[in-house]
Amino acid sequence: MRLVKQALAVARKDLSVELRTKESLNSAGAFAIVILLLFSFAFDPDAEMAQELSGGLLWLVFAFAGALVFNRGFARELPNECLDALLASSVSSAGLVLGKAIASVGILLIIELLSLFVFGIFYNKQWWAHPAELAAVFVLASWGICIVGAVFGALTVNLRLRELMLPVIIYPLLLPLLMAAIELTNRLLANQKIGDSDWLWARVLIVFDVVFTALSMLLAEPILVN
Amino acid sequence: MPDAIAPDAITIDRLWKFYGDYPALRNLSLTLAEGRCCALLGRNGAGKTTLLRILAGLSPFQRGDVHMFGNTPRSEDARRQLGFLGHGIGVYEDLSARENLLFFARISYVGDASQVCDTWLERVDLARVANMPVRQFSRGMRQRLALARTFLNEPKTLLLDEPFTSLDDRAIAMLSELLTEARRRGATIVLSTHQLREALAIASDVALLENGRLRYAGERTAEMLDDPGFLYRTHTELGAA
Amino acid sequence: MREKVAYGLVALAAIILAVNFYRIMLVLPDDAMQGPIYRIIYFHVPAAITAFTGFFVALILSAWYLSSGNMAADSLAASVTEVSLVFAVLNLVTGSIWAHVIWGVWWTWDARLTSMLVCVLIYAGYLMLRQAIDEPTRRARLAAALSIFGFADVVIVWKSIEWFRTNHPQPVLSVRTGGGHMDPRMEAALYINLLALLLFAAALTIVRARQESTAREIDSLRRYANAY
Repeated sequence: MRLVKQALAVARKDLSVELRTKESLNSAGAFAIVILLLFSFAFDPDAEMAQELSGGLLWLVFAFAGALVFNRGFARELPNECLDALLASSVSSAGLVLGKAIASVGILLIIELLSLFVFGIFYNKQWWAHPAELAAVFVLASWGICIVGAVFGALTVNLRLRELMLPVIIYPLLLPLLMAAIELTNRLLANQKIGDSDWLWARVLIVFDVVFTALSMLLAEPILVN
Repeated sequence: MPDAIAPDAITIDRLWKFYGDYPALRNLSLTLAEGRCCALLGRNGAGKTTLLRILAGLSPFQRGDVHMFGNTPRSEDARRQLGFLGHGIGVYEDLSARENLLFFARISYVGDASQVCDTWLERVDLARVANMPVRQFSRGMRQRLALARTFLNEPKTLLLDEPFTSLDDRAIAMLSELLTEARRRGATIVLSTHQLREALAIASDVALLENGRLRYAGERTAEMLDDPGFLYRTHTELGAA
Repeated sequence: MREKVAYGLVALAAIILAVNFYRIMLVLPDDAMQGPIYRIIYFHVPAAITAFTGFFVALILSAWYLSSGNMAADSLAASVTEVSLVFAVLNLVTGSIWAHVIWGVWWTWDARLTSMLVCVLIYAGYLMLRQAIDEPTRRARLAAALSIFGFADVVIVWKSIEWFRTNHPQPVLSVRTGGGHMDPRMEAALYINLLALLLFAAALTIVRARQESTAREIDSLRRYANAY
């Protein structure tokens, strides 16, 4: 589909720049490790309670570090008015938003893997018990974060206080997604069996992703062309 | 203004653009036949950039109709044949010249993108620095790269916002050549400008805006070329003062 | 004309509230389990319903704005959102008071209070976004988009938090339980209060919408002035 091809071209461009400059990777990665370190002071890593909070901890880290990633998304189009050049080209607005989301997800997943690794060391936790399920949760939740980050990155791109407004607007919207991710991650890290309530949360993840991706595609045009 | 033989490339019919309740463009009607080159004149704040952005599909409008070869500006058909050069050069600092052109070529569905990009790099005299990141380019080099990006997909419609501003003489010559060549292959051009002489030399038509209104639209005459300020004096309220 | 309508609505709302207040305080009996404090439900629940009605109306208005470009739709959407936000906060405050009397805590992370808090945050974000954009047409477009996203999220938030265990009183209105845990007289009083609050909200929205259009007019006058 042309939409996907355009999106992939945009994503490819963003990832090329990112791999060259490593701006987001370095800053978000460093930030993630710092937060994990700070949390280790706030909650004693050996305590059983801390072990139970691991899902929440991880997703807080991802949400905050993620902000550094999706903040860059449309901001990188501002110098030299590249955004105008893009909008005047054949790329559709929806393709542009989708492409930004894809690039962000790629970067965020790398950060998440790194964080998981460090977390396993700091908290002495074996996180690889259910790799497939964990990967699924991570991908679904990260997609939700990044598609919302992309479309609202587009919305706030020309605002004065963009870097401040973007997290403030996004985090309340991401709440149901983060809740679901936290619950599921907790279950998977605690090596417990997947129960009925977990399927409910998985459904929340999927519904969130579907609804917000659809809305983002639909509203991309009025958001970008204003 | 409308040419009986060639179809209309750009049709603007009673266009109004509002910022809230304030009309930035008022009841603007203009047609430009295919193959014509229109110099868009007017003081700062007259609405030239606003109009160009609407034509490029970058800005919405509230009333009236705008069509490019029968398509709305935002449609993919219109944008595929479009070359737009705004105030910014529209290239990425962290990519090389070649990578920039390749990216824009790919998203514009240019066939044999690699070959086309290399040709253009030669054309704008950037072949030697093709793999250098734009970040390290001089100003003149960036401007030439911007020209390559704009003309890359051999657009049928060209929209240029003050393209001559801050170009060095080499770039001005290059741009004039590119525009002449574009006209020869039948492209339609609208360019806004303060540099009256260069623009009027290439233009076939002239449109004058003042405070969002079209004050004059017609063919570019020899008199205008001799005395560029003539238009402002005769047609604008402020000029008459 | 608009002021007359607004005043009329406020007067009507005030009368209904006054009459109903008398009934609530003096005529209806206490709740069997909770005692007199339960009467806060007559404001707590209608405030929530009013808020959500408002957010839904804002959704419709936002969609209308995006399709028509009618600035009046934008003014109304902004106003109704702001007014609904006030009622949402009212719901949170009455909920907090109620919780304190019944359970001894000022806040409880139960499903409905938490969902409402999230809604408040989402729509506070909407107001913040509007504040951050000067140009009225762009402000209208972007705010409309956020309103649509916001309401979609509100629905998801509501359903998902509901799946959490809750120590909130379970639904008592007969429309939700299909029979009712609530004495029909009490339910009637609640609906009457709801009507009053809705009228009041409508009045506030009218006043606020007027302010929005005036602000826009001033903005355009300023642009006229600067153009010369």
